[in-house]
Amino acid sequence: MARGFSVTSLPGFAAIAITSFVLLYAPILTMVIYSFNASESVALWGGFSLRWYTAAWENTQVQEATIRSLVIAVSAALISTTVATMAALGTTRRGRFKGQTLIYVMINQPLMVPEIVTAVALLIFFAAIKVATGYTGLAYLVLAHSAFCVPFAYLPIRARLEGMDLALETAAADLYATPWQTFRRVTLPLMGPGIAAGAMLAFVISLDDVIITEFVKSAGQDTLPTYMLGQLRRAVTPEVNAISTALLALTVILLTAFFLLTRRRD
Amino acid sequence: MKRLCTTTLAAMALAGAAHAEGELNIYNWGNYTNPDLIKKFEETYDIKVTITDYDSNTTALAKVEAGGHGFDIVVPSHSYIPIYVEKGLLMKPGIPEMENYGNISDQWRNVDWDPNREYSVPWQWGTTGVAVNTSVYSGDINTSAIWLEPPAELVGKVNVVPEMQDVMNLALFYVGGEPCTTDREVLKKARDVLVAAKPNWMSMDYGMTEKLSNSDVMASVNWNGSTFRARINNPDVAYGYPKEGYPVWMDSAAILSDAQNVDNAKLFLNFIMDPENAALISAFARYANGIDGSEAFMPEDMKTAPEIVVPEELKAAGKFTGACPAEAQEFYTAIWTELQK
Amino acid sequence: MSAPTPSTARTGWILSIPALILLALGASGPLLIVVVYAFLEPGEYSGVVWNFTTEAWFRVFFERDIFDDTVSMADAHLTIFWRSVKLSVLTTLITFAIGFPTAWFIATRPAGQRALWLFLITIPFWTNLLIRTFAIMEVIRNQGLLNTALIGLGVIGEPIQILYTDTAVLIGMAYVYLPLMVLPLYAAIDRFDFRLVEAGYDLYATRWRVLRRVILPIVKPGIVAGSILVFVPSLGAYVTPRILGGGKNMMIGNFIELQFGQGRNWPLGAALSLILLAIVLVALLAYVRVTSSDRQDG
Repeated sequence: MARGFSVTSLPGFAAIAITSFVLLYAPILTMVIYSFNASESVALWGGFSLRWYTAAWENTQVQEATIRSLVIAVSAALISTTVATMAALGTTRRGRFKGQTLIYVMINQPLMVPEIVTAVALLIFFAAIKVATGYTGLAYLVLAHSAFCVPFAYLPIRARLEGMDLALETAAADLYATPWQTFRRVTLPLMGPGIAAGAMLAFVISLDDVIITEFVKSAGQDTLPTYMLGQLRRAVTPEVNAISTALLALTVILLTAFFLLTRRRD
Repeated sequence: MKRLCTTTLAAMALAGAAHAEGELNIYNWGNYTNPDLIKKFEETYDIKVTITDYDSNTTALAKVEAGGHGFDIVVPSHSYIPIYVEKGLLMKPGIPEMENYGNISDQWRNVDWDPNREYSVPWQWGTTGVAVNTSVYSGDINTSAIWLEPPAELVGKVNVVPEMQDVMNLALFYVGGEPCTTDREVLKKARDVLVAAKPNWMSMDYGMTEKLSNSDVMASVNWNGSTFRARINNPDVAYGYPKEGYPVWMDSAAILSDAQNVDNAKLFLNFIMDPENAALISAFARYANGIDGSEAFMPEDMKTAPEIVVPEELKAAGKFTGACPAEAQEFYTAIWTELQK
Repeated sequence: MSAPTPSTARTGWILSIPALILLALGASGPLLIVVVYAFLEPGEYSGVVWNFTTEAWFRVFFERDIFDDTVSMADAHLTIFWRSVKLSVLTTLITFAIGFPTAWFIATRPAGQRALWLFLITIPFWTNLLIRTFAIMEVIRNQGLLNTALIGLGVIGEPIQILYTDTAVLIGMAYVYLPLMVLPLYAAIDRFDFRLVEAGYDLYATRWRVLRRVILPIVKPGIVAGSILVFVPSLGAYVTPRILGGGKNMMIGNFIELQFGQGRNWPLGAALSLILLAIVLVALLAYVRVTSSDRQDG
């Protein structure tokens, strides 16, 4: 598609966008800097040192918490995005039907009450199940996270699909594509950016969750956020900065590799 | 990415497979358990210890009460021990028969909240007072006036930790009342002094070790151990014991009645009553521990620290305060809401 | 577009069922417990006592003066509620003002680059919320990055007190919720056929007209999704007001947390959250209705 620069660029938009990227990374930069802090503080500079990297390397509790956070976030993002994609397909593009608003409200319900309320409700509910079944594994956390991530995955996908008509699918069907082929080759690529946006949101929302996790977790199930919450009252050490910086570095390396590889394929 | 996942899963499986003789699940305040203490215990008894954190007595109680949590040991504040006991959440593990029982200081053995230590053993104790940066204000700091009627130098630079119980008790002491009072005249005075003081505060926040260290905050209602840690970073910080009255507290370790590793938990309680091990606890969070003979193993700077050693003339002002009954609690919450609205 | 048929409804429900089951087990279902709790008495030290009462509901709207037993409107609750609504509306506007150009910028990059920009916007959020909040604090505190820079540039002489003010809460919330605005907007803008804009210009439409008549209608679902995702969760925000606002003034999230925590009044917390749920629900439905009134599907 040929388009001139003037058409897509609205005045000042690029400048605002670049500024917002800079602002987004300013705190992250301070986090990285303070991870190399020699003093026992996340906000008082005491010279360059790797002591917090050493400390984090030796602290199995914080490492396990980090891995646990990632495992939960990946599972929750996968599950919530899958069901949200199905729900978005069911509730858009096909005209209105009875109960649509009800589904919409139910899907968005987790947004509407403060976390602490869901947390207390889940504590009571899950504790009863834990006592009855004796199972206290990670599944409860994955279930809780998947549930509250659904609206975060659903809304971007819905925003993508809304107003797109079924012409392409109809055309595909006319050309004797099977429903699966139509879905795989036409619908899914159409939804792609929406699904990507939804999955990313679900992932970061799950990574950030503190309160629900605090109430649902069983023995030995601290995540990075609940580990930090426990420290909040006393003193947060730059150990968590070190861990986060390491994670950030890992992310950047993986992403760079990913983009280099896909670019070559292009 | 896939590779990373497999590695991660493998690592987790390994962590689970490294099976020790037994297990022990401790549920404790965050950043409160010395890793060296745990390592020593694990090596001594070949028991795998898992620490899980909480951030408040209320969260811990709610979770323990709900059940199905998998914890063996919990470390509530003294005011919460009777609540746990009344709800039948703690067991009597025969502490007085334990080998190291005799090490508990007399002062901490027969305590109101747990007579004869049937349920719990000392973890750490401390006080809630005021921390002041003496380079800004050099007057008397042994008073709650520091935060309730701050001197001009400190106006707008004061922090109050958002701990309802402690703050309300300090305010009640200041106006000459008792904790958990239902005397409306006294409560009204406390409310008035708090509401009048609030405009002079900068914040109501935790994490004062940090902010006192870097002079973001010049005075704060704060705990003694945290102030100690701040003073190490910033020698200007000093700790005051309000002469009008200040709360004393103790966190104690206890075994939950639905614990699954009772024998290991008993080993641990006995273990932390050993002076050398108790000293490890204190060396980490910088509070005193209530075990006789532990001073010998403590870091040198703790033996004389003014935050740890209460001055003789101010000892009487320190008071243990329990959790308030519902009626008094309602007054507390109402005043607190008015303060933070 | 196809007219609604019974089969549309059936497919719609079938496709939605996995999501609904997941929510029923992990969120909405257990919430029924909270509904029940709102009609019980608070327990002495935690939890509830199983005696029916509507006291909690009474307490949501009225307060008994603890000193003279007179009953009046609960103005502390109104103050807290009003502050939350104000800050959440402002947060939504700020994230939109920054997020729309950002999403537009990403969506107009060459196809191969878009994923990269999307990742760039989300990467800061892979870092834990608490760490990010502390890092923001580091930027805006008196000896922080911002004040030092402004003083260095000679813009100000004295550091500005931003930390522990409503401004700090706004900065923090706008930061935290930005991706929730950008990503849905991006998903909506990205499907946009830019030839339409070109056509608009070819027909000598002004920039403003093109924006209003061509761009806005297509982006609207993104705006709806984004503002719901920002506004509703920020109403119940807890961490940011507590840390950046210095905890002197509560928002609804903190107030409800107080009831379940130090305040030990679960029924009141439950009743308050149900009221909040009802208000948000009504607002949400009204908002969706208004914004979709000019759509012609179905």
